[in-house]
Amino acid sequence: MAPLYEPHGYPGRLIVVEGIDGSGKSTQLSLLETFLVSEGFDASFTEWNSSPLVKDTTKRGKKKNLFSPTTFSLIHATDFADRHERSILPPLRAGFIVLADRWAYTAFARDMARGNDRAWLRNLYDFATRPDLALYFRVDIDTAVARITGGRIALKYHEAGMDLGLSQDPITSFRLFQTQVVAEYDHIATEFGLTVIDGSRSIVEQQREVRKLVKPLLKGLRRASSVRPRPAGA
Amino acid sequence: MTVDAPFYGAGLAKLEVHDLTGPLIVIEGADGVGRSTHMELLQGWLEGHGLAVLSTGLVRSSLTRRGIMSAKEGHSFDRTTMALFYATDLGDRIQHEIIPGMRSGFVVLADRYIYTTMARGAARGLSRDWLSKLYGFALVPTKVFFLRLDPDELIRRTLRRGGELDYWESGRDVGLAPDLYSSFRAYQSLILQEFDRMASEYGFVTVDASRSVEEVQADLRRGVAAALDPSLLAPPSDGSD
Repeated sequence: MAPLYEPHGYPGRLIVVEGIDGSGKSTQLSLLETFLVSEGFDASFTEWNSSPLVKDTTKRGKKKNLFSPTTFSLIHATDFADRHERSILPPLRAGFIVLADRWAYTAFARDMARGNDRAWLRNLYDFATRPDLALYFRVDIDTAVARITGGRIALKYHEAGMDLGLSQDPITSFRLFQTQVVAEYDHIATEFGLTVIDGSRSIVEQQREVRKLVKPLLKGLRRASSVRPRPAGA
Repeated sequence: MTVDAPFYGAGLAKLEVHDLTGPLIVIEGADGVGRSTHMELLQGWLEGHGLAVLSTGLVRSSLTRRGIMSAKEGHSFDRTTMALFYATDLGDRIQHEIIPGMRSGFVVLADRYIYTTMARGAARGLSRDWLSKLYGFALVPTKVFFLRLDPDELIRRTLRRGGELDYWESGRDVGLAPDLYSSFRAYQSLILQEFDRMASEYGFVTVDASRSVEEVQADLRRGVAAALDPSLLAPPSDGSD
């Protein structure tokens, strides 16, 4: 069995968040990181599409509109593979909590909505470590659009699926594209056992639920020796 | 002639492939076996017959060329990352060069294809099954010629030309041996094993590259001619074949 389908067995923990733009997943992950660090745990953070190795290629491809659905998918897998080797496996094996903003599931959902083959995508990412906890922040498209148009998040060209020519209007395109992405996420949540979080609730309510879900994973995990855990309520 | 457009797997997303009238001819083999020489000779010969030729090769995609080159200059290019970066290069070239060329009736000559990167991945311990599924988007070529040369002769040819054994062609990242010479030899032996295995699986025409340029080229021309519509090559315009 490939790593994507079996428990990793490394001393660390892998916690990932998934969801469309405007789902609030990054906010929740950042709050979780602050909490874990304050509790004295070693935590490291990695995010989608951030490998320095392929950065220039992705930038160039996006700027000159060189990507097809296939190469768009492949370059993101390249990015992921580089980060997996460089900044995910080492901390995981050293006993850290690795927090990842988006995982292979993002590719499964988006690249599928771009017309790639599902089985091909599963194979593409089967080297990815299976997370100990994968949180899927589910919101309806209206909520996501309201958050985006509210100005907190910028609407990006590919995130809106503008490359697919669904609509000239970015918001309309975003709606059409992300509706397909959400449908695929729902499928993925079942297939890979993602934990669904209702992303329409308040930030505080969601964070409470996130911490409750994370707590059992912390058992037996060593903390950085120099930091003492704060007493509850402090 | 019309070549069907079968892919090794699901093919390219959102891309209609039809009317690919030109053939895709692939030349595979290690660095130093004479691939570029034979590519040029084939191109000249085909053009002499009035055929339009489009030549493409590994890492020539404008999307990924610089990125792959700079990754190779660094010291950390993980095997999976490498396989995927090269796959991106090929995906881009299939879509933007190879398919448009074939559709326009060009004879597309490819200086290496998926097999080189699959061999490199397998030599680095990646699963062959994973690699072959990864390349499910690749077009099945009309014909693949494998220029075969044993590693010792490859080393002699490279050195005779005043060249040095290349870091990546020696598989130095694999950790097979402590010195360059032994590493090159061990790595190229692994690559050769992979090619021999793929030769039957993918139906390569294996060409003994230890012979003279003329002999090898004659074999290639015979093989290419057999893959083309015979009417395209008759009458010979330059008498060189």
